[in-house]
Amino acid sequence: MERVPILKIGGVLLVSIQIDLQDQSVLALQEDLAEKICATGAHGVVIDISAVEIVDSFIGRMFATIASISRLFDADTVVVGMRPAVAITLVELGLTLGGVRTALDLERGMKILGQLGRGRDF
Amino acid sequence: MTADAGHAQNLSDLMRTNAEPLIEKWVDAVAALLRGRSTRTELERDFREFFAALLPLVGHDGRDISGREFGDMRSLLDEYSRARVRAGFTPTETASSLFSLKRVVFELTENSDDPQVYRQQTAFSGLLDALGLLTFEFYAQARDEIIREQSEQLLELTTPVVKIWEGVLAVPLVGTLDSARTQVVMEKLLEALVETGSEHAIIDITGVFAVDTQVAQHLLKTVVAARLMGAECIVSGIRPQIAQTIVALGIEFGDIVTKASLADALRHALRRDDVDVVRSQAL
Repeated sequence: MERVPILKIGGVLLVSIQIDLQDQSVLALQEDLAEKICATGAHGVVIDISAVEIVDSFIGRMFATIASISRLFDADTVVVGMRPAVAITLVELGLTLGGVRTALDLERGMKILGQLGRGRDF
Repeated sequence: MTADAGHAQNLSDLMRTNAEPLIEKWVDAVAALLRGRSTRTELERDFREFFAALLPLVGHDGRDISGREFGDMRSLLDEYSRARVRAGFTPTETASSLFSLKRVVFELTENSDDPQVYRQQTAFSGLLDALGLLTFEFYAQARDEIIREQSEQLLELTTPVVKIWEGVLAVPLVGTLDSARTQVVMEKLLEALVETGSEHAIIDITGVFAVDTQVAQHLLKTVVAARLMGAECIVSGIRPQIAQTIVALGIEFGDIVTKASLADALRHALRRDDVDVVRSQAL
């Protein structure tokens, strides 16, 4: 099973998904991420899915689950780089990802997290 | 061209030896039928080709024309029928042109009382009937293709995605919205969002005359998909009657921003981007 790497940039954790996601990898990612947020005290999580071309309802739910997990650690989640075909698929599946922030690309996603995190830094 | 010839030879040989006068007569008959919409030279060229392809097939009764020996004939008829469709001829005229050959050939053998010749004539008649039907088939195919091409072109034409400001795209929708069109609009808009890196999209429905629950559903889907990608959609140009319909149908637009006009929507998008538009002061 391939594991998705989690990178730390400042107070933000970057998850860049470059592989075809299997259900096992998704579960492992959720576990890893929860541990990592807890360990680093990150205030934001960016999930880059610009390389993901195929999604199913399980992966769609993953975004919402990760967002809920992060929120428990008081971290914001931004999903960036979703492809049009993926967006259409998720809508057709009825997954609107309420509560998950989205951005066109990584740069904009980091900006959003920067704005959200500004209030916290002393 | 005497009836005596029919006794000794079969129809195929007879036609081969009389090719020139036959084609001549055939062209005459068809030229009269089409009343000068096709020149004799054109007809003669087409029919000469036909005749050459037809000769080896004489003797076949036309019951099964899917065989390999009909390959040449099929492609010839296909081409001919298509050319006729584009030139605006009716399928009846195309098929009649073919059937005219029947009369011409029968004249050749009309005085013969040889049962052999009669049998061959019947078979030939069946063959031409089958080929005539084939032109109908090709005609319908060509028609379908034209219609499909046109509807595709129309789909492309009516759904432009335009950039009206740095980071702001607009889709002016005109006409009726159905599932197929909304799908195209959705895909084009989302692609354009990625390409241009725009964060705002305005869907202007000033030109849409009817909104029902299905159309609204499609609009909502587009907006949600854009939101998933990280862009904000604004719906503008809702006409008064449509506003009433929407409320009467109980359609909920939820937290989607709606504006009366495209200008309002643009202003809203700019404000979200912290852009101020000010009138320049006269010096």
